[in-house]
Amino acid sequence: MKINDVILQTVTKIVVFIILTMAVYLFVSGHNSPGGGFIGGLVLASALVLLFLAFDTETIMKRIPLDFKMVAAVGAFITVATGAASLFLDIPFLSHAYSYVNLPVFGKTGLATVTIFELGVALGVVGVVVTIILSISEDV
Amino acid sequence: MSTLHAAIIFPFILAIAVPLLQKLPGRPHPGWAVLSGPAALFVYFLAQIPLVQSTGGIASAISWIPSLGIEFIVNLDGLSLLFVLLITGIGSLVVLYSVFYMNKEKEAIYRFYVYLLLFMGAMLGVVLSDNLIVLYGFWELTSISSFLLIAFWHHRERSRYGALKSMLITVFGGLAMLGGFVLIYLMTGSFSLKEIVQSADMIAAHPLLLPALVLVLLGAFTKSAQFPFHIWLPDAMEAPTPVSAYLHSATMVKAGLYLVARFSPVFSGQAAWFWLVCAVGLTTLVFGSFKAIKQTDLKAMLAFSTISQLGLIMALLGLGSAAGYFTDGQQSLFYSKATMAAIFHLINHAVFKGALFMVVGIVDHETGTRDIRKLGGLMTLMPVTFTAALIGTFSMAGIPPFGGFLSKELFFTAVLNAQELGIWSMQTWGGLFPVIAWVASVFTFTYSMILLFRTFMGKRQHGAPEKQPHEAPVGMLISPAIMASLALLFGLFPGLLTYSLIEPAMASILPGLLAPGEKFLVSIPFWHGWTTEVFMTLGVILIGSGLFALQPRLRALHRPLFSRISLNAAYDSGLRVLERSSRRLTNRYMTGSVRDYLVYIFTFLVVVLGAIMVAFDGFGIDMSSFAPITIYEAAILLALIGAAIAVPFANSRLLAIILTGAAGYMVTLFFVIFRAPDLALTQLIVETVSVTLFLLCFYHLPKLKKELSVLKFKLTNFLVSLGVGVMVTLIALSALSEGSSHPFESISKFFLEASYTLAGGKNVVNVILVDFRGFDTMLEIVVLGIASLAIYAMIRLNLGEDGEQVPPHA
Repeated sequence: MKINDVILQTVTKIVVFIILTMAVYLFVSGHNSPGGGFIGGLVLASALVLLFLAFDTETIMKRIPLDFKMVAAVGAFITVATGAASLFLDIPFLSHAYSYVNLPVFGKTGLATVTIFELGVALGVVGVVVTIILSISEDV
Repeated sequence: MSTLHAAIIFPFILAIAVPLLQKLPGRPHPGWAVLSGPAALFVYFLAQIPLVQSTGGIASAISWIPSLGIEFIVNLDGLSLLFVLLITGIGSLVVLYSVFYMNKEKEAIYRFYVYLLLFMGAMLGVVLSDNLIVLYGFWELTSISSFLLIAFWHHRERSRYGALKSMLITVFGGLAMLGGFVLIYLMTGSFSLKEIVQSADMIAAHPLLLPALVLVLLGAFTKSAQFPFHIWLPDAMEAPTPVSAYLHSATMVKAGLYLVARFSPVFSGQAAWFWLVCAVGLTTLVFGSFKAIKQTDLKAMLAFSTISQLGLIMALLGLGSAAGYFTDGQQSLFYSKATMAAIFHLINHAVFKGALFMVVGIVDHETGTRDIRKLGGLMTLMPVTFTAALIGTFSMAGIPPFGGFLSKELFFTAVLNAQELGIWSMQTWGGLFPVIAWVASVFTFTYSMILLFRTFMGKRQHGAPEKQPHEAPVGMLISPAIMASLALLFGLFPGLLTYSLIEPAMASILPGLLAPGEKFLVSIPFWHGWTTEVFMTLGVILIGSGLFALQPRLRALHRPLFSRISLNAAYDSGLRVLERSSRRLTNRYMTGSVRDYLVYIFTFLVVVLGAIMVAFDGFGIDMSSFAPITIYEAAILLALIGAAIAVPFANSRLLAIILTGAAGYMVTLFFVIFRAPDLALTQLIVETVSVTLFLLCFYHLPKLKKELSVLKFKLTNFLVSLGVGVMVTLIALSALSEGSSHPFESISKFFLEASYTLAGGKNVVNVILVDFRGFDTMLEIVVLGIASLAIYAMIRLNLGEDGEQVPPHA
């Protein structure tokens, strides 16, 4: 008997976008309200896990051809690199800067190097979680 | 750097050069090249005699570790001169002998000479060093090189056993000696022997005197094979005979005597020193001579004879130390005769014992056996060897006109003099000294006669010796012949030694006894009239001959006595018990079970924490500053406690996992009501992930031996977990109370204020994580990355025993 999980797959297609939006929101708003790179990354990973559950690993990996070990490595690299960047300006390691800029669409927006750091954290978390889950699932 | 330093270092350089000799064309015996070393040194040191006689010694220093007060100071005085002459002189003869004894084709001859030269250099270092630490370094080097030499034929089990035994005992003593040196340093603040001698008064009044004295003596007794540490010497006879002759009769075993003589100026005049040295020396003397009679192996007999003679010299050094007690010159000189006797016998013993060992080596070489029961009737076959043996044994037995006779007379004089010593309860015990000395001399006479007559007289035993014995080659006979002639020479003309060697040596053992400019009046008369000593000697010869005649019948009588009391058995079973009990102990606590180790760790934690809290009176619970408990908190807490308590009682693993998850979600709720939204979010997701992973593990448990039973109750585990919980809770409560009674300002105020102004963020938690304390976050991301890579590697990299990738199971 072939299992027909069309409901699950259809719901997933919609829900994944909600989760992704949620993840991006948590990530972006982290500096001023609850959230941040870590939680954002975890939620993003959970969206991917939902996709893996609803479809199967090969299908998803074909659509998202990312080596998640590389993602984790890139994340770790970004966190270190943001820290190292401040060394070139002769200020202590991991000193962050921020300023307010008037952008055409968003108006007055606060931009901070912290966000890049957070991006590294988020990528690291996503890479780590997906790597662990994929490794274990392949072994089973 | 002086010539003295060069003299010490020379043998080491030669030792490096010896293996290079293998490259020489034709490969001559390396012994010839090696011989030049000790011979040159001997000539050099002979040339120093006049200088030492006139100036009392030469010294020179090289800086080594000045910040620790360790300088490589060498000091050549009368005592050192005597020893370096023995070391280099007998060293030359032994090397000469070994050229003919060691087969250059069959033996690892280059290694032999490397070890021998190492030993020679170390021995020179011991007797020439003025700094205690340097002395200790060379001392251990003699132990190590002696270890290597004893185990030279390392394919034999007995050699390895003997080497290990001598190593353990001498290194034990060496370490004790190092302890003594350190104590002396604590007392005087100096490692230099000369300076220590000058502050001898300070040491005498110091409370650390006795431990230092005993520790230094331990080193001397173990090295010199004194009772009860003598047991290594008979087993060291497994070494090649040149080694036995050199190390175990003439040089290394005398290092202990050197140490006692060297420290005499520091400790003499102390009752403990006098009694320890005398009592141990006399015990060793009697015991060694008694046991030597029983031996059937020639080298074992010589080994016990060496032990006994070393005991004699040790006892004489002890008697001589009484001179340090008296301030009155005449009395001191009276007792210093014992020291003179010690030095004279030390020279005599080195000479005749070296000769005897070489003779035994020749007998062994020519007949193929050393067993006295298989030997006999060699006199006519080996006349030269017999003559050397005769002189050696007669000198050892103390028969005129050989050197041993004179030194034994001096020994008797010294023990008779000791009776007049009115101190240290010698009034009661003094009478025992001559008796012991006399009995030991009788035994000495007996075994000397056995050694000589059972080997060379009588009939040839049939069957036993494989070879047809004949006289040894000339080269092999040179060294014993020289030594035997010296034994005779010292007996006939003792004056040869008195002012050249004995007098300067006495001056360094007993300094401060004489006014400057005076000299010890050393006189060794060949004939001193009909005194008590002569009658004692006559008695020794008479009774000794009787014992020798009766010995075959007496042997049956004294054998059972020895098999019952044996120090070797004590040593062997001691080692065995030590090994077995430590193995048993280790097996008992190293069970291999992680549970047991956790019990140790937690018990230790509880005990240490509790002890510290009690010791510093740390417990103190003050609830006044605690916040009131709301209804929500109480409810969540109850649920959490319920879940936590239920986990150990869960009768299936699935239930336990779900309960753990429940506890985790309760913690999430706590974060919510304690207003920590970021923590709550993270905890929620992480808890979900970990519960999922638990379930995964659970699903893949092997079917085999799957147990769904309740955890077995164990009282120990219960008590330990209860202890940990109670202790941690009490400490947490006390810490909170302490914090409220001694408030210091929290730094969180800064973060609250500066979060927006300095970092432009309103989420303080996040700002702390990525900005104020971004470094931690960075490394945590690295930790996560490493964890994921580890999981990936663990699953993917499936290497078998041979390191090859095993294909994943289908």
